[in-house]
Amino acid sequence: MVEAIRRRAAVFLWGVRAYGFIAGMWVRSTLAYRTSFLIMATGNLLTTFLDFVGIMIMFSHVETLGGFTLAEVAFLYGTSSTAFGLADLFLGTFDRIGTRIRDGTLDTLLVRPVPVLAQVAADRFALRRLGRVAQGGAVLVWSLLRLDIEWTAGRVLLTAAMLVSGGVIFGCVFVLGGAFQFWAQDASEVQNAFTYGGTTLLQYPPTLFARELVRGVVFVVPLAFVNWLPALRVLGREDPLGLPGWVDLASPAVALVCCALAGLAWRRGLRAYRSTGS
Amino acid sequence: MGAAAEPFLEVEGLEKVFRIRRRAGRLRRERVEVRAVDGLSFTVPRGEMVGFIGPNGAGKSTTVKMLTGILAPSGGRLRVAGLDPSRERVELTRRIGVVFGQRTTLWWDLPLRDSYRLMRRMYRIPAARYRENLDRCTELLDLGPLLTVPVRQLSLGQRMRADIAAALLHDPEVLYLDEPTIGLDVVSKSAVRRFLADLNSERSTTVLLTTHDLGDIEQLCERVLVIDHGRLMYDGALAGLHEVGESERVLVVDLARELPPISGLDGARTLRTEGPRQWLAFPASASAAPLVGRVAAEYPLVDLSVQEPAIEDVIARMYAGRTG
Ligand SMILES: Nc1ncnc2c1ncn2[C@@H]1O[C@H](COP(=O)(O)OP(=O)(O)O)[C@@H](O)[C@H]1O
Ligand SMILES: [Mg+2]
Repeated sequence: MVEAIRRRAAVFLWGVRAYGFIAGMWVRSTLAYRTSFLIMATGNLLTTFLDFVGIMIMFSHVETLGGFTLAEVAFLYGTSSTAFGLADLFLGTFDRIGTRIRDGTLDTLLVRPVPVLAQVAADRFALRRLGRVAQGGAVLVWSLLRLDIEWTAGRVLLTAAMLVSGGVIFGCVFVLGGAFQFWAQDASEVQNAFTYGGTTLLQYPPTLFARELVRGVVFVVPLAFVNWLPALRVLGREDPLGLPGWVDLASPAVALVCCALAGLAWRRGLRAYRSTGS
Repeated sequence: MGAAAEPFLEVEGLEKVFRIRRRAGRLRRERVEVRAVDGLSFTVPRGEMVGFIGPNGAGKSTTVKMLTGILAPSGGRLRVAGLDPSRERVELTRRIGVVFGQRTTLWWDLPLRDSYRLMRRMYRIPAARYRENLDRCTELLDLGPLLTVPVRQLSLGQRMRADIAAALLHDPEVLYLDEPTIGLDVVSKSAVRRFLADLNSERSTTVLLTTHDLGDIEQLCERVLVIDHGRLMYDGALAGLHEVGESERVLVVDLARELPPISGLDGARTLRTEGPRQWLAFPASASAAPLVGRVAAEYPLVDLSVQEPAIEDVIARMYAGRTG
């Protein structure tokens, strides 16, 4: 038992290291074309920035949105956007797994001594995706300056844990979506609905949406743990479902459960892989 | 330990069944089973070089995928260096090298040298050994000018040579090549053949070479395995294969001018003529040299080439020989 756990841990660490050197190779090769990298990164930053400008314009007409002030909405936006940005930075090219499964190029990854998950995730690692993290971080910092909240140690810790767990939960959705493609070849659309759709949803206060939708987001797809539930606690507000208070602190645990599920699905998916005839 | 006596590849009653859904009519879909590999058995001792030959769709690639652990068998037993490939895939990866003719293991957008660097880190190859192996491959496969070129800019022949080098950097005990000469130019083809022959004799790397072209293995493999419809049809020397099939090779000669069909040569008959070019069939088990000598002595010979029999014809004759 102990031996098995030790071996798992060793494989995990080796996978992380391999991710590091594969991603590093991609970074070095993209930095070789510095101007094109700068253009891409700036473009990325601009488009995501315009995204938030839309929300600010909305607030030029109304005082509050679902009872939330601009600073509070910015806090929701910043946390969800940063968490998503982190997942997107590290696993954003993961949906290419579908192509690899369909055209059989996954074969070449299976004969190498590096976990396939790490190889797929690190493939074409692009630093320009930092743009989204930077924009989310900027909005978050701006909201922190405007929010009228006393920053106790607990609140700081909760916010940090929220960002990390949120990134992990989004990442798990990426991996789950990828694993699903071993069985259903067109699952990437569904997964995009969860991740890209999910992050847009989480940028707004939960009070805006129908109760059923909120419930679905909490229990079916645990995206509400990315920021809604813990953010409401930080902002000192009640959640619209009236869930017990400890739920707001459950994000890290939910993230761990997501990891276990995603890992399991991935391994079963790999076993179901059948390559292609030539 | 008696390791030498023990077979390196052990395949016993190997099966692979693909269940696929196929369109039947406009809306209806039906499930069909494809028996890609159907009760295959053979063994290969360490250090042998074996040709694995059969027509398209015979099950060669599927067998290689099971030997490398990419696919799990549907039935039968399989051991490579004592390991069960699909269960111990990751452990096995360090001990095998694979070249898929149709797809590259290299990174399209990176310069060749960067691909090799990644390989080095993935396989944790000690620096000295890496340098030595890379230098050797670079020289023998003529990769020097290509190392700084992104892989997507390589020609098919260059890419294939680059892929073979990539498969050998970690000193694998066995090298699988799945149709490595498909679409190669003549120069690349002979460079690859020479390289493989050296590899096998100097490093005693076990080599399994898959092809549907008899010409590929003629100068390389003493032993061939012929498969068709996932079953083993023949296991033995290449010369023996020609005897069993009584197949013929074809000598194509270009003469200086148009002449009546060549005749009166023992064991050869003229199939057809077209201007100054003539096609002469002779038994595949015989050497072409004496025939060439006599043609050259009696006719104004300009150019010549030898065509191997198509594997489909050899197999067709085997079936005919069995029933007749
Ligand atoms: N992944 C797959 N899914 C379904 N059928 C396959 C798959 N791979 C191979 N086949 C079928 O199995 C048979 C053998 O294929 P393959 O091993 O690629 O033959 P070869 O390499 O000898 O040309 C063919 O009929 C092929 O269509
Ligand atoms: Mg094939």
